[in-house]
Order: sequence, then C-alpha cells, then structure tokens
Amino acid sequence: MNRRSIDILLVAGTLALAAIPLFSVRSVEGEEIFSGSDGQAQAAIGAIRPDYEPWFAPLWEPPSGEIESLLFGLQAASGAGFLFYCLGYWRGRNVGRNPSSRSGVGG
Amino acid sequence: MHIMEGYLPLEHALGWSAISAPFVGVGAWRLARRTKDDPESRLFLGASGGFSFVLSALKLPSVTGSCSHPTGTGLGAVLFGPWTMGVLGTVVLLFQALFLAHGGLTTLGANAFSMAIAGSWIAWTVWRAALACRVPSSVAVFLAALLSDLGTYVVASLQLAFAFPDPVSGFTGSALKFLGIFAATQVPLAVSEGLLTVLVLNLLRSHATEQIARIVPALKEARP
Repeated sequence: MNRRSIDILLVAGTLALAAIPLFSVRSVEGEEIFSGSDGQAQAAIGAIRPDYEPWFAPLWEPPSGEIESLLFGLQAASGAGFLFYCLGYWRGRNVGRNPSSRSGVGG
Repeated sequence: MHIMEGYLPLEHALGWSAISAPFVGVGAWRLARRTKDDPESRLFLGASGGFSFVLSALKLPSVTGSCSHPTGTGLGAVLFGPWTMGVLGTVVLLFQALFLAHGGLTTLGANAFSMAIAGSWIAWTVWRAALACRVPSSVAVFLAALLSDLGTYVVASLQLAFAFPDPVSGFTGSALKFLGIFAATQVPLAVSEGLLTVLVLNLLRSHATEQIARIVPALKEARP
C-alpha cells in the first residue's frame, strides 16, 4: 500500500467515525441529541449537588449559537491554515533545493 | 469538553492552578530557550499549536449520542516533548476560555492539567515506550495520540469527581458517573485523533523530511 493510499484511508477512517453516529444514533423523545458532554457534566453536577451555583461567569459569551459556530469555525480554519502553510513552505523549500524530489502531492 | 467556567469550587480551582503553574512555567522557559537556540523550530511549534487549535475546535459526534472535542496535544508532545506542549495546550485553552466561553478562566488550571499537561505527558510516555518496544513509529504515534486524548478526559472526570463526590457513593460513584459521560463518549474521538495525528505526521514526513528528522530522529527513516 503506497503512502497516498494510507493517507486517504486515514482520512476516510476519521470521516467514517464521525459520520456513523449521525446515522446510527436514534433520538429519544424529549431528549436533545448530540448535546455536548460538558452540558451533560453540568447536569450531573446539578444532580450530585443541587445547591451548587457557579461562582464565576465567562467574561464574554458568544451571543448566539451561530456566533459560537463562527468562532469555532475560525479557530479550526486558522489552525489548519497555519499548519498547511507550514507544510507548503517546507515542501516548496525542499523541492526548490532538490527538484528531483517533486513527485506529486503526497508522494 | 473542558470544565465550564465557575464549575469548580474555589479551593479546587486554586489548587489545580497551583499544580499546573510550575509545569507551564518550566515549559515556557524551555520553549523560550528552544526558539532562541533553534529558530527553525518555530514553524514546527506553530504547526503543532495549529494542529491542537484545529482539533480542539472540532465538535465531533459520538456513538454514545453526545459530542465532544479531541485535544490535538499528541502531535506537539511527540515533536517537542511534554513540557513545551504543556504551554501550547494552555494557550489553546486560554483562547477558548476568552473568546468562546468554552472552559473557563477559573477552570484554566484544572483544564490545563488534564489536557495540556497530563495529555502531553501521556502522549510522550506512550510514544517513548512504544518505540522502546520496537513498535513501528506510525503505530506508536497512533497509540500516543489515542491514549493522550482518552487520558485527558479520564483526568477531567476524576477532577470533577474529586470536586463533587456523590453524597451516597462518594468519590467512586461520582467518578463512574463522570467517566460514563466523558470517557465513553471520547473513545471513537480518541481513535479519530490517533488517525489524524498519524496523517499529519505522514504529511510532515513526506514534505518536510529533513526538517522533521532534525527534531525527532526516530522519524528519520523515510516513509515506506
């Protein structure tokens, strides 16, 4: 199995792991599906110690779920952007020094 | 998922901050020294931070019916060691606490301990142990990233159980409850994190072969 096939399999595996729950998990009447596990932890804390009140609030909270999605998206995009910038920079430099090493993406 | 703002009692918040602070301090000193001695490593550090940034922003669904984030600390821990990754991970957590109300400032110490510190140390230890057992480097990286991700959430579950012992079943009862919430959900995500970490390392080994060989000699041999 060559390098490119392995990389493709790794991506496919990750996508499959993320996609399978979307089809296999059935929603239960009255329960929110795919809620974050931190919300579930909050509920569990409330069950263990009903009198517990958080004593500090976030300095700023995104005003809506949409804005929160934007910020998560920006975080992912900027992290990925920088990571792939670095990869491109190194590839460019290495191929520039040694043109014979150019053999296609992932090769 | 991180422990949310205000959801650790004051003594616990302070305690974990006190435990994490020396790790982050030593890490910051080593990071500063590393970038001074080896400016080339700065791009790699940025790439490692970027990878953690991406992974901790992905909310992935799990077969348990809830969703959570991977951590992304495995890559940096393998490349730079746990001290440095402890700092990078804390930066990611601080960003998320300030701009996303995800995690928190009062819980930064605890979250840094579970993700940036414990996660990095687990990744690095598994990596070195696997190499010592002559496990192929890709498998070693996969295991390091997977166990680091799971380990982070196990530690977080135990931190919460310590802060909120069940009135009837005590620490153990709470621990089982929180582990059921966090760790069970995390298993497929930890596998995904392992796969993605191997993928990024493969890309680095293909396109930055010399550069990565300088930083981690164990990855020197070209990809098969």
